[in-house]
Amino acid sequence: MTDGQEFRQVARDWIERNFPPSLKGGQFVIRHSREELAAIPADERLWKQRMGEKGWSTPTWPVAYGGGGLSLQQADILAEEMARAGAFNPIGGLGIMMLGPTLLEYGTEEQKRQHIPPIVRGELEWCQGFSEPGAGSDLAALRTRCDDMGDHFLVNGQKIWTSFAHLADWCFCLVRTDTSVKQQGITFLLIDMRTPGIDVRPIELINGVSHFCEVFLTDVRVPKANLVGRVNHGWEVAKRLLQHERSGLSARRNVANVEQGLAALARRYVGQDDEGRIRDGDLRARIVRLLMRQEAYRATLAQRGAELEAGLPGSVPMAALKNLGAGVAQELNELAVEILGVAGTGEAGAGFADDELEITSGWLYSKCLSIYGGSHEIQNNILAKRELGLPGA
Amino acid sequence: MILLSEEQAMLRDMAKNWTADRAPVAALRAIRGGGPGFDPALYADMAEMGWPAILVPESAGGVGLDLVSFGLIVEELGRNLVASPLLASAAGAASAFLLGDEGARRSPWLPKLAAGTSVGALAVDDGNHHHPGRLAATARAAGGGFVIDGRKRAVTEGGAADLLLVAALLDDGAPALFACPADAAGVEVAPLHRIDSRGAADISFTGVRLPADSLLGSGESYVDSVLDRVRALLAAEMLGGAAQAFDTTLDYLKTRVQFDRPIGSFQALQHRMADLYAEIVLARAAVYRALGTLDSGGPDPARQVSMAKAMAGDAFRAMARQMIQLHGGIGMTEEHDAGLYLKRAHVLDHQFGNAAFHRGRYARLLGI
Repeated sequence: MTDGQEFRQVARDWIERNFPPSLKGGQFVIRHSREELAAIPADERLWKQRMGEKGWSTPTWPVAYGGGGLSLQQADILAEEMARAGAFNPIGGLGIMMLGPTLLEYGTEEQKRQHIPPIVRGELEWCQGFSEPGAGSDLAALRTRCDDMGDHFLVNGQKIWTSFAHLADWCFCLVRTDTSVKQQGITFLLIDMRTPGIDVRPIELINGVSHFCEVFLTDVRVPKANLVGRVNHGWEVAKRLLQHERSGLSARRNVANVEQGLAALARRYVGQDDEGRIRDGDLRARIVRLLMRQEAYRATLAQRGAELEAGLPGSVPMAALKNLGAGVAQELNELAVEILGVAGTGEAGAGFADDELEITSGWLYSKCLSIYGGSHEIQNNILAKRELGLPGA
Repeated sequence: MILLSEEQAMLRDMAKNWTADRAPVAALRAIRGGGPGFDPALYADMAEMGWPAILVPESAGGVGLDLVSFGLIVEELGRNLVASPLLASAAGAASAFLLGDEGARRSPWLPKLAAGTSVGALAVDDGNHHHPGRLAATARAAGGGFVIDGRKRAVTEGGAADLLLVAALLDDGAPALFACPADAAGVEVAPLHRIDSRGAADISFTGVRLPADSLLGSGESYVDSVLDRVRALLAAEMLGGAAQAFDTTLDYLKTRVQFDRPIGSFQALQHRMADLYAEIVLARAAVYRALGTLDSGGPDPARQVSMAKAMAGDAFRAMARQMIQLHGGIGMTEEHDAGLYLKRAHVLDHQFGNAAFHRGRYARLLGI
């Protein structure tokens, strides 16, 4: 038996013993309010606790900080076995996707010991204090001010589009420590959201619900131990973190749960012909195009994964992956809501089934996939400059 | 792929160096306007390097490499639009023997194809569109052998081939491939002059008598498995064409100056190139996924071949169109290479199923 086969058996047995059958076929659910968080079912709590303790919520992170310590290959096997069992990773969020990998690379030993284990166990939520009203695509134009007060930093300013700030326990934040230079005047801080002077206001989006917030910071005291990297070197840390973000966003499954069932959804709402094909030929053709792109996109991810596993530089730039992933997910949502017909026009209430409302809301929300985490255009700027070596304007 | 072995990387580098050295795009210009549609000296070079024998197992005197390896070579050839019967003969014709019945694998034709001394061509399509599932050509059993009747349209390398692999229906309606010498009585070859300057011919078969052992294999899955190898490699060739069209255009954007600056500094053009780049990334993943699946015997090879052929075809055609657009007036001239890429992209797309055919096949295989 190879190592892989051996691990497959280990993973299979562990999932069998620990995954609550009531959750079978479920998936990671994003909670949008404290009420929703408080209402998490007991079995899901149990599953979260078990996965967190095992470290398999972050399978490849070091055991020393609570991670699973698996190789990428073992992590793939684990993912396959989870899928086979109808199980899922119940722990997610920005801590896992972005801050954790960045902290493992740039954090002090103390920062890693303090922050990584709670991320692995899903105990603390993180938010990302990057964008500002005047610094969206041009992120390095950020102005939130940070003054060195000797024994602490003092932060004043405003952040916007801060995902999950209203639920977050901590924030990783970019602040300005030098106004005479642009990128070289930025510093990366970890801020406890319970610190006095932080005011969070949720932003309502076109789909009604949202996890985006505005965050106002007024005389917020931040201990010096919460500095990641060096003062004025935060841009370097941020760029690394944004790579993790692009990678996480590109790998993320789409918003509405329609991925597996696009063809089934079409049969249900549009019908099928005598040969079992989706009745509307034009729709069918567009579904086929999308499924093909999705399959090729996954092959691209697999290619990159194999290269990283082998210690090779990835042949596929993250900026391209992010745009491809967002494009596939947006098209998926477009098709799903089109398939519903009028059933996909509901905002709430009677006359629309829950899954119909979810698809409609997911479609509206999916418009942000090509804006957040660096818009399609910003990714193309990055590609043109770094990958293609095209000259600046 | 996904990761190249040392041997595969060497093979790719060898192909890259050889095409740069011996077969630049100018070599295609040299053969235009007549002849077999390729330079026999270049094919002799390839034969010396063992390329026509790549898929033939070592036990049968071949090189015995996999399709990913073949794909790497073909991608490099595609970059420079290298004209040769390698794909038709060493992938198409050779596979008809290699994937055929027991006797087919011992045919005396196979060593000749592998040595590059014979050229084989797959004669499958009866009409202007690829429909291998509804052939019109027939192979009647007669006198212990077969009688072939039918017309084959635009057979790639049909003019230069001394062996034709003809697709025809057996008496029971099953499709089959036959080895038919091009000089057999009743075979008429009418060479075509096509936009890509490559060799192709309409071929008619009228009461062509073939011996029993000319039947190489039969059944839809056999014919499809032969075709799928060629389709996947055609996708690799198109990928190479798209990649080179991209690189040539990128160089132009960096050097062409208008309004006192390189036009590649304009964001509208940068973004178009970035989007095209992503499309080629996607096509590359699809192509090597398909070739790798054919090699490994993994699940759904046919579906993945169709994905690769459709996506590489779309990427090459989109890139070739933009190659002309981004070059402006010079791209429209006969002197510039852009037109050669556009023409080749168009012809390749139609070989063994265009993008639309393969999207349809992909859908059928998914059951939607």
